[in-house]
Amino acid sequence: MLAYIGRRALLAVFTVWAISVLAFVIIQLPPGDYVTSYIAQMAASGSVVSEEEADNLRIQYGLGRPIYVQYYKWVKLFAEGNFGMSMEWKRPVTEVIGDRLWLTMVVAVSALLLTWVLALPIGIYSAVRQYSLGDYAATFVGFIGLAVPNFLLALVLLYLGFTLFNANTGGLFSVELQDAPWSMAKAWDLLKHLPIPALILGLAGTAQQVRIMRANLLDELRKPYVVTARSKGLTEGRVILKYPVRLALNPFASTIGYTLPYIVSGSIIVSLVLGLPTVGPLLLRALIAQDMFLAGTIVLLLGVMTVIGTLVSDILLVWIDPRIRLEDS
Amino acid sequence: MAGPDLTLDPAGVPAHGPAAVAPVEDRRIFVASQWQLTWWRFRKHRVAVVSGMVVIGFYLVVLGADFLAYADPNASEAQRSLMPPQSIHWFDGWRLSPHVYAVKGVRDQQSFRRVYREDPSQKIPVRFFAQGFEYRWLGLIPTTRHLIGVDGGRDGTQTIFLLGTDVQGRDLWSRLMYGTRISLTIGLIGVTMSLFLGVVLGGLSGFYGGLADTVIQRIIEILRSIPTIPLWMGLAAALPRHWTILQVYFAITIIISLLAWTELARVVRGRFLTLREEDFVVSARLVGCSQMRTIFVHMVPSFMSHIIAATTLALPAMIISETALSFLGLGLRPPAISWGVLLQQAQNVQTVAISPWLMLPAVPVIIVVMAFNFLGDGLRDAADPYGR
Repeated sequence: MLAYIGRRALLAVFTVWAISVLAFVIIQLPPGDYVTSYIAQMAASGSVVSEEEADNLRIQYGLGRPIYVQYYKWVKLFAEGNFGMSMEWKRPVTEVIGDRLWLTMVVAVSALLLTWVLALPIGIYSAVRQYSLGDYAATFVGFIGLAVPNFLLALVLLYLGFTLFNANTGGLFSVELQDAPWSMAKAWDLLKHLPIPALILGLAGTAQQVRIMRANLLDELRKPYVVTARSKGLTEGRVILKYPVRLALNPFASTIGYTLPYIVSGSIIVSLVLGLPTVGPLLLRALIAQDMFLAGTIVLLLGVMTVIGTLVSDILLVWIDPRIRLEDS
Repeated sequence: MAGPDLTLDPAGVPAHGPAAVAPVEDRRIFVASQWQLTWWRFRKHRVAVVSGMVVIGFYLVVLGADFLAYADPNASEAQRSLMPPQSIHWFDGWRLSPHVYAVKGVRDQQSFRRVYREDPSQKIPVRFFAQGFEYRWLGLIPTTRHLIGVDGGRDGTQTIFLLGTDVQGRDLWSRLMYGTRISLTIGLIGVTMSLFLGVVLGGLSGFYGGLADTVIQRIIEILRSIPTIPLWMGLAAALPRHWTILQVYFAITIIISLLAWTELARVVRGRFLTLREEDFVVSARLVGCSQMRTIFVHMVPSFMSHIIAATTLALPAMIISETALSFLGLGLRPPAISWGVLLQQAQNVQTVAISPWLMLPAVPVIIVVMAFNFLGDGLRDAADPYGR
């Protein structure tokens, strides 16, 4: 079990490394180095960067030296929590991002939780009552969920909310609490706004999980041990929940790791449509304005958070599934 | 949707194997080739067959986009901004004579918006195979024929707008036709590239095993645990602004396919792993076939159908990716037209609330994605005709 977790952790480290390289590439791609464009940006807005300051920045980021040195310097500064300056906002990147990163993760994780909470009972129901009206309904909604890209779903929902109820369904906070400091009232407000984005983000994942759960459970339900359990006089609920569901849960749980990156990905676009204060809209603006430090930092931070989330779900999987736990011992 | 269960659940597919067929047909089945068996099995999957036809229909639109369009997709006219869709009236009294009513635009004095009123007294006949703007059919034959059109359509004295117009007064139907062409070909080219990467890397991984397998599998796992959209956005935003439409088109295709090959590689690797130990592969090796020959003559044909199914299932993700990127303004940029570019106009909910037809380009996205999914499911079930 320790070997398994160790392996996953090692892979996570590699993944973070790969993401950092990609983020560095994104920072490097626009023509010209960033100190030069930083100076140009500052000059455009009327402030002057002294020669000395510019030289300091150049040394700090190893500009003019080989690319791997530049990468190393950037990663080192990053690890120290110095993400550089945002050119567009003229403030440290850390300040610009602020709460947004946490809100992104809150939205993503609640979508993930919603996926499980919905998929598990619906999947079980669909398998146990195969070909029933409910099964067909779940199938139909599932297809819609898989076929409609989530940003379109957000758009349609926003449109319906706007035309039918004349209400703005977007956002994560009520207007009056938007800039307020954190308090119980604000947290409660966030909780009230979460279900809609979580549902939009989670629908595709839910549809997929229902499919997996249903197929697995149908396979298990046909096996003789189910008949045996039933003939022994166990109640129907116990027959199903105690044995086949537990077995069917396993392939279901192993896909969790891939659901989180998918949801985080989707949240970027959905946030734009729904106007959520996550890193999504910030990333888009940064990319369009070629504010590369900000963009690179967001990409890397999102990647790191996702990898951590995936690692946590892997460890949970070990806890659920004794087979993995016993594999190495 | 007849028997949606067939597509959902491979385990629930009723037995179609030789045993379930009438004895008269037995002989036919024993001598049939694998492709024939696959086709027979696929045919039984009605939803998949219908989806296949829908997909073919969409690709016919790709071929004939300029024939189906009746207005120049980039011709803008401020006087016709945001016109609602017009419906064709098929009968004039009892006589079949398709026509649309002329539309007059006036400025509403209160809201200062342009509002349009139909004028039933003024009928504009709709002609089939009408004259319109000039184009080259399939890029070769110059012609001015279009499926439908109105007299005076060429110089804009009389107009028809089946799906209304956008903010710049461009005809949405015609733009949709051209957008279909770009969106569906970008998916096709992208999937071809992913397929190439997937087959080469998945093949290496599955055939040689060992270190190559470990490395490639870890790379796949890493790629799958990265949130892709932020990465795409970063890469797409870095494309030089001065690039031509064609350059951006190919760059976007490459970006999308670079991150989408993992699923295909997984399928190919799985097939290689199962086939490697099969008797016919071992015998091929033993009689001295070269490695190339073993792979391409003996192994590949036996899982070709699996690859086709996996490819079909990979296409919708490609189409959605392009649509999403262009929707954000990071993918294809105007004057290029794709579904994503068209949907950009629907980004603002206030605009959509006043002109809901701007959301129409979402309809083909959804239909095509569904059709590809059903088709892929059907193909996957049929891919192994010797199974259950």
